[in-house]
Amino acid sequence: MSIIIESIRKTFGTYTALDGVSLQIPDGSLTALLGPSGSGKTTLLRIVAGLERADPGGRVLLHDRDVTAVPPGRRGVGFVFQHYALFRHMTVARNITFGLTVQPRSRRPPRREIRARLDELLRLVRLEGFEGRRPDQLSGGQRQRVALARALAIRPKVLLLDEPFGGLDARVRKDLRRWLRRFHDEIGLTTLFVTHDQEEALELADQVVVMRNARIEQTGSPQDIYDHPGSSFVHEFLGEVNKLGDGRYVRPHEIELRFAAEEGVHLAGRVQHLFVAGPFARLAVVPEGARREIEVWATRDKVEEMALARGDLVGLHFHAGHAFGPGDRAVPPEAAGQ
Amino acid sequence: MTVRPVTTEAPLVRRLLIGLALVVMVLFLLLPLAAVFVEAFRRGWETFGAALRDEAALSAVRLTLVAAAISVPLNTVFGLAAAWLVTKFRFRGRAVLVALIDLPFAVSPVIAGLVFVLLFGAQGWFGPLLRAHDIQVIFALPGIVLATVFVTFPFVARELIPLMESQGADQEEAAVTLGARGWQILRRVTLPNIKWGLLYGVLLCNARAMGEFGAVSVVSGHIRGRTNTLPLHVEVLYNEYQFSAAFSCAALLALLALATLGLKSAIERFTGRPASARH
Repeated sequence: MSIIIESIRKTFGTYTALDGVSLQIPDGSLTALLGPSGSGKTTLLRIVAGLERADPGGRVLLHDRDVTAVPPGRRGVGFVFQHYALFRHMTVARNITFGLTVQPRSRRPPRREIRARLDELLRLVRLEGFEGRRPDQLSGGQRQRVALARALAIRPKVLLLDEPFGGLDARVRKDLRRWLRRFHDEIGLTTLFVTHDQEEALELADQVVVMRNARIEQTGSPQDIYDHPGSSFVHEFLGEVNKLGDGRYVRPHEIELRFAAEEGVHLAGRVQHLFVAGPFARLAVVPEGARREIEVWATRDKVEEMALARGDLVGLHFHAGHAFGPGDRAVPPEAAGQ
Repeated sequence: MTVRPVTTEAPLVRRLLIGLALVVMVLFLLLPLAAVFVEAFRRGWETFGAALRDEAALSAVRLTLVAAAISVPLNTVFGLAAAWLVTKFRFRGRAVLVALIDLPFAVSPVIAGLVFVLLFGAQGWFGPLLRAHDIQVIFALPGIVLATVFVTFPFVARELIPLMESQGADQEEAAVTLGARGWQILRRVTLPNIKWGLLYGVLLCNARAMGEFGAVSVVSGHIRGRTNTLPLHVEVLYNEYQFSAAFSCAALLALLALATLGLKSAIERFTGRPASARH
């Protein structure tokens, strides 16, 4: 089911959480709402769910049906909360089947069917055998999967996740990320998730929506917005950047190390910091007379080949880069100062 | 010099403080409580029994029980509704409502009783209206119930509000997205989460409802055998110099207090954590 968001505004008293936001989310896609705290992404998600009511004038359409005034329970959305919001005093089984058991008697599925659905979901989230456990007997990752199963039990047309991997260990987070992507590919449910972790958004999503200060900054595929950021904010928010002044930016892996006297060196400086224990070498280079460090990522081979050590002089050659001119619009790098 | 943890006091100071606390507890709590029972049985079991079997005393006990039986369920419902409103919703005037909930605590019980007399007494605002319909509020059961409800209103709400605040509205929101309706959410999600806090609030409400003196005293008219609750009856007996009888009835109230405390401890032990959310 596609989602169309039209001119959504939301104010809480004097605070504007969303300032006229419009967005289209194609059927079956996995979309990330990415942005820093306070950007409005969670508010937008909650408005799509129906947990918040937008200010008059905006519309939310789910598969061309105007649901702006429809309560959450009737929108056909599944919501996974940031802290899971599992029902503490209920077992995993009762949590998951909750959405089915609260249906009015006329529409409620028979007990056997509910049991079958429960088994199906437990298998899906790989928690077979956990039906009798309580939430406080589960790890973070397990709770998350129960929350997901619970949301899916009612066969929603849209899945909404609020910072789904927030409180988890790095390792668990990575595993779950991969799992969610595979799961989405299998089920094909239109999914919208909120995150402040740009790596997560870029890795998982088909479409990334970058938000900031109650507005949408840029929308596009991960590749798109990484390679062609529309503003310095988006560029800086996604991955590491070096600010070279004059609105020019270059990423640490777009810099090649050369000997200071070689030709093609754009900038020379001293190695302030050298870190080689890892997949590649990371250096901080301070150009003569400057205070700001330039972060450079190079292969370890290169660093060893050049026999670099802290304090050495090294030349930097910039391969690509971005620049942003007046009004923070992207301009060709050559056009912005030298 | 012995090494001790930085966060404890020196042994002398500790003993001094504990000793002081014990003295205060014994003087102001245990001694009076013991005195009630000692005085109650001074003339032996017979007098104790007779005091409690007395017509007026029995009527007082009955009235106390009836007043509590009406007030406590009413305040449980009110308190639950108020706490639900205040903790799950944001609305203008919320802060005022929270302040109003605490009003009965701030007001002297005597004033509370007086207010009802001024409203519903024969010369009160609603006096003529009530008389026209032959309804008696003051100096009768309705007045006593009103006064008791007012004075014990905050107990349930004040127990529930911090508890529900700390639990947040997440689970209720989850239930909403899953299609549950209001009544289902209350019954299946909210109530199970607050059951011990609710029970504790009801316990306190009941203890106060049965023991209330000031407000009920103003409203009741002290009509022996008709509008005397047990605490009022104790006062009546005492004023008539029937000390043993007075203390016998007082012992009954003291037993109620002990039973309340016992139940509270039982709750705490059963749930493994303090009954009140404010600990």
